[in-house]
Amino acid sequence: MAAKGLAELLASWDQISAIAEAELRKLRHDPIELFTRIVQPLLWLLIFGKVMDRIRAIPTDGLPYLDFLAPGILAQSALFISIFYGISAIWERDSGVLTRYLVSPAPRWTLVLGKALGGGVRSLSQAIVIFGLAAALGVQIRWQPGSILAILAFTLLGSALFSTLSLIVACLVKTRERLMGIGQLLTMPLFFASNAIYPLHLMPGWLRILSHFNPLTYLVDALRTLMLAQAHSAVGLGTDLAVLSITLTLLVLLAAKLYPRILI
Amino acid sequence: MVDNDSSSFAIETHELTRRFGPYCAVDHLTLQVRAGAIFALLGPNGSGKTTTVRMLTSLLPPSSGTASIDGHDVIRDPTAVRARIGYVPQMLSADPDLTGYENLWIGAKLYRIPRSERRGRIEEALDFMGIEQAGKLVRHYSGGMIRRLEIAQSLVSRPKVLFLDEPTAGLDPAARRTLWRHLRELRQQWKMTMFLTTHYMEEASELCETVGFLRSGRLVNLGSPEELCRAQGGQRSLEEVFLEIAGEPHPSEGNRYAEVLRTRKAIRRHG
Repeated sequence: MAAKGLAELLASWDQISAIAEAELRKLRHDPIELFTRIVQPLLWLLIFGKVMDRIRAIPTDGLPYLDFLAPGILAQSALFISIFYGISAIWERDSGVLTRYLVSPAPRWTLVLGKALGGGVRSLSQAIVIFGLAAALGVQIRWQPGSILAILAFTLLGSALFSTLSLIVACLVKTRERLMGIGQLLTMPLFFASNAIYPLHLMPGWLRILSHFNPLTYLVDALRTLMLAQAHSAVGLGTDLAVLSITLTLLVLLAAKLYPRILI
Repeated sequence: MVDNDSSSFAIETHELTRRFGPYCAVDHLTLQVRAGAIFALLGPNGSGKTTTVRMLTSLLPPSSGTASIDGHDVIRDPTAVRARIGYVPQMLSADPDLTGYENLWIGAKLYRIPRSERRGRIEEALDFMGIEQAGKLVRHYSGGMIRRLEIAQSLVSRPKVLFLDEPTAGLDPAARRTLWRHLRELRQQWKMTMFLTTHYMEEASELCETVGFLRSGRLVNLGSPEELCRAQGGQRSLEEVFLEIAGEPHPSEGNRYAEVLRTRKAIRRHG
């Protein structure tokens, strides 16, 4: 099944990449958004990270807290950018661009996946900045080309996943205002019910169970394992990859079903 | 025999109907458009023109009845329909944050035009529609230029049928005439079937040999623009013919607004 899926992906690559390319080209025409988006993760690292590092309140298996936090903030920034990404689909509806996409012979899922990858690319530029800052702050980074590439791949996968989630919400609620509200409603539970800023074993039992159904947990686990010299994965990178890609596939298929509904 | 007949028609509908809740936007519409013809659907606001186009372009499923484009059913085989049509919607649809060229490039990829042909086809389409500033962001284009760009965008995939929903709405008379000239050339050189909707009787008689007149979702008149005028005997201008067929305007604007609102809500609920 996976082989068949891969063959479909390759056969439809022109259509998938078309939408992602449109996003990239827009960013190139107007890159200001990228710079303003960098501020929030920087504050988390520089202020929250520095302070918590000093008070040593959170047990992190011998890792300095700042080291523990850096991959969590990387995942968080992917989540925070992506969860409001559906707004761009609503904008495309209002500007008529979406009509043009939907009337083309491109299968709906290629439009959704292309859009999701476009969202993922936005997060990549942040990943690079956060990575650089973490290194400057003395985080013990695993400097291996393979693991750095894998970090970028996981960041892309994770933010594509949350972008698709946001697209689904956009198809259901259809207006910017409601999407903003639901986005706000989703971000904090996803963020706090994950291992982004504290380890899972600190959580009360019910929250720990919930956190296992949270894709962000698997993204953080993968990023932490790949980024830090001394970290080890809780569930294994293979599991992280499987959970994230299967969730993304399911979300893309659901969004493809819902996509035309955003028009009406 | 039926098959033979349908092959000469680029567009065929049979009892095509769309309801939004209790409101019937398109009511048992049956018509045929010959391949290579320019057909105009006329009618006042809210008569069902756009709903018809959205069904024919596979964007909106009909409530009942059938429609086919170039022999392909819009419900059973939407992908084949989409591969054969171009659609310029009523509201602007070019991406303002991309350049004109980029808009066409993205479109070409969605239609899977092979990489080796993309550049040539895009330049041909831009050239044909007389777009010189393809390297500028679309947000800096004038209304008439955006319209021409959108048509150019539709030409890249070389569709058999081009749908134009009120293509000249909001354009000044000069831009309107330029667009007419391009559409006429397009038909001559590309042998493309065109289906357009308009409020302008003048536009229909400039471009089309057959026009249909829609009122409250029903086809109330079908024929050449001259026949339409003759049938209304003695009317002096095309505008008067339009007003005559459209019937009495709604008595109160307030009611009209409430009706639009209700219809839109119904559309949202039932879409």
